[in-house]
Amino acid sequence: MTDNPMEKMSVVEGSYATAHAVKVCRPNVISAYPITPQTHIVEDLSQFIADGEIDNCEFITIESEFSALSALVGASAAGARTYSSTSSQGLELMHEVVFNVSGMRLPTVMTVVNRAVSAPISIWNDHQDSISERDTGWIQLYAENSQEISDLTPLAYKVAEDKDVMLPAMVCMDGFILSHVFEPVVLLEQDLTDEYLPPYRPEHILDTKNPKTFGSFADPSVYTEFRYMQQKGMDIALKKIEKAVDEFTRIFGRDHGGLIDTYRADDAEILLMAMGSVVGTIKDVIDEARIDGIKVGLLKIRSFRPFPVEAVRKTLADAAVIVVLDKNISLGLNEGSLCTEVKSCLYNTDINTPVMGFMLGHGGRDISKGTIHMIIDKSQKVARSGIKVENEFVDVRGDLI
Amino acid sequence: MKIAIGGMVEPGSTRVNKTGGWRIYRPLYHKDMCIKCGICSLLCPDSSVKAQEDGYVIFDYDYCKGCGICAYECPKDAIEMVLEEK
Amino acid sequence: MSRLAPGHRGCPGCCDAMAANFVLEAAGDDVIVVSPTGCLEVMTTPYPESAWEVPWIHSLFENTASVAAGIESALKALGRKGNTKIIGLAGDGATMDIGTLGLSGAFERGHDITYVCIDNEAYMNTGVQRSGGTPYGASTTTSPTGKKSFGNRTQKKNMPAIMAAHGAPYVTTTSISYPKDMMRKVKKAVDIEGPCYIHAHAPCSTGWRFESARTVEIGKLAVETALWPLYEMEYSEITGVKKIKNKKPVEEYLKAQGRFKHLFTREGGEKEIAKIQEIADWNVKHYGLE
Repeated sequence: MTDNPMEKMSVVEGSYATAHAVKVCRPNVISAYPITPQTHIVEDLSQFIADGEIDNCEFITIESEFSALSALVGASAAGARTYSSTSSQGLELMHEVVFNVSGMRLPTVMTVVNRAVSAPISIWNDHQDSISERDTGWIQLYAENSQEISDLTPLAYKVAEDKDVMLPAMVCMDGFILSHVFEPVVLLEQDLTDEYLPPYRPEHILDTKNPKTFGSFADPSVYTEFRYMQQKGMDIALKKIEKAVDEFTRIFGRDHGGLIDTYRADDAEILLMAMGSVVGTIKDVIDEARIDGIKVGLLKIRSFRPFPVEAVRKTLADAAVIVVLDKNISLGLNEGSLCTEVKSCLYNTDINTPVMGFMLGHGGRDISKGTIHMIIDKSQKVARSGIKVENEFVDVRGDLI
Repeated sequence: MKIAIGGMVEPGSTRVNKTGGWRIYRPLYHKDMCIKCGICSLLCPDSSVKAQEDGYVIFDYDYCKGCGICAYECPKDAIEMVLEEK
Repeated sequence: MSRLAPGHRGCPGCCDAMAANFVLEAAGDDVIVVSPTGCLEVMTTPYPESAWEVPWIHSLFENTASVAAGIESALKALGRKGNTKIIGLAGDGATMDIGTLGLSGAFERGHDITYVCIDNEAYMNTGVQRSGGTPYGASTTTSPTGKKSFGNRTQKKNMPAIMAAHGAPYVTTTSISYPKDMMRKVKKAVDIEGPCYIHAHAPCSTGWRFESARTVEIGKLAVETALWPLYEMEYSEITGVKKIKNKKPVEEYLKAQGRFKHLFTREGGEKEIAKIQEIADWNVKHYGLE
């Protein structure tokens, strides 16, 4: 093996990198329904199965997303490592099962290829789909590029299947921007992945020799405790993600950050926050702005659930203005979800920094470097003279409304 | 009681819930008329009519809810429903 | 054999408990049971108790067949399938209405599962609302009799025909009032590789309004009046029919139940009864019951 990472790289589509990562995680049951822009992932996995490249694995070509995740409830409870992938409408159709999987503490992993939700129907990217599942008790990790999607996949299994966590995990990647773009990626090595990710050995499974009951109903005397225990699982997941990141770096030699990552943030007066592929654009703009002497940096959220409150507070403590970019909106609040979380974790602290929210990139609207520069310009004014507008839509076409 | 992660439950554990208290009518067994056909035991929704080795049955009044199916279906009227005395 | 443990919260004379017991007696101990949300689930598994002696799982209302398919796939992938039977045990609403999508998919894909529909002809767990299984003329809380209504306006959905259309190796009707028939058919189904469907008629004393002791009798009347024909289908062809020796008029079945009482007390009821008799007569002819 070579020490030069460039020599280990292949130029592959983001979807292929994902499917390959799933393959080397040795899933036992894959259950998925095709939806744009997730299709290449399930096609690539189907080809792996057709070529006999995944041992001890059944691929259920199921009739709906609702059933796709439902089948994984049964499969996971029977002791299988399970995988699905979906997008947008598919995730919305799954919604009832999404809650159920988490409540039953079944550590399935699902790639969500982020796409806008209907109406109007749109196949293009934003984060409204996975953000809508924010409160379902799933770990949510967001990837910036193909390598990160790939690397987050075994990490998601490792954390989800931890006996003290036992929560399902979504690995979120931007539709088309990542799923359909070819990038150089180090495809996960099978031997290193085996070293990193042990086989799934749950404590309780559907077993005719040890016949347990799964999914009983809870009356008011016990329901609260089930929810409390899910939150405890999330609390533990925070620490386990950091640990899993360290171990990943030790074995694979790559580091994308932990719960969060930062870029030129140490002395930043303006701190931009975002998740997913837009982070790449932001980094370029930061480099350009730094040349002009603007002290701007980035705080990237990798783990949206569990939300890394302490890490965010620590990073934001010295900024003059915090700028949150959201590819989603809570309609009726006029605010993106990440912005809400950031404000929430600053309240009741000594940090009294203005937080500006920008909602952009809806339904695949391109986020240009110019847009980011414009946002930085606005934030400089806020840093000087205080905040007047808390949240605003970006790049709205006035000629259409 | 400690809730396991995911809330798995042990099999057969409803036995702690003695449903006999629901009963208004009580099955009275006339063993001398019984032909050991076992239909009462098969039909009982509460598994409370238990066939013995000798073919006769015993009633489990801890759980019998007094639905009366056993008496109604007995081909020899060997089971009679009588008002429960509390 | 692993019948339901006593102590469950089913009503006295519960048809679901009887159906579950017949399935469990016939299928043996090497089974995994999946049930949807509903009476059977609620009455058998209030945390931290369970009436099940075999591995059992409940996920949601409409995904019994999908969960069962997932279990089957997992056992195959893990090399643990062996002779283990995976059985879905669900009510008429979960089967004929809200769960049809997943059920159809599982049968089309050919998973090795047995699916038993316990058909008590309405949503009993939520208080006797009509379902696709509710028969013509039955008064339920959402198809009530009223000044301009004689109850439910539609016939039962022919679910066995839909399941047979999937080309399943075995589709059959049965009734909890014929336990030996039901147990024979369950045994046959679980021993067949591939998806098998059993539709079990199940009189519910609470929802149909009759004395609990008469549960078995009412189910027999449904069969004897030809309103619930008993037949078996293999690969979409009828291969067995239970003949009726002395067919009874439908009145005998209807008058025994509160849900049809209005047909006998309201002006014009006799016309409705005649329509129901036509349904029975059609069954006789279609299935060759005589």
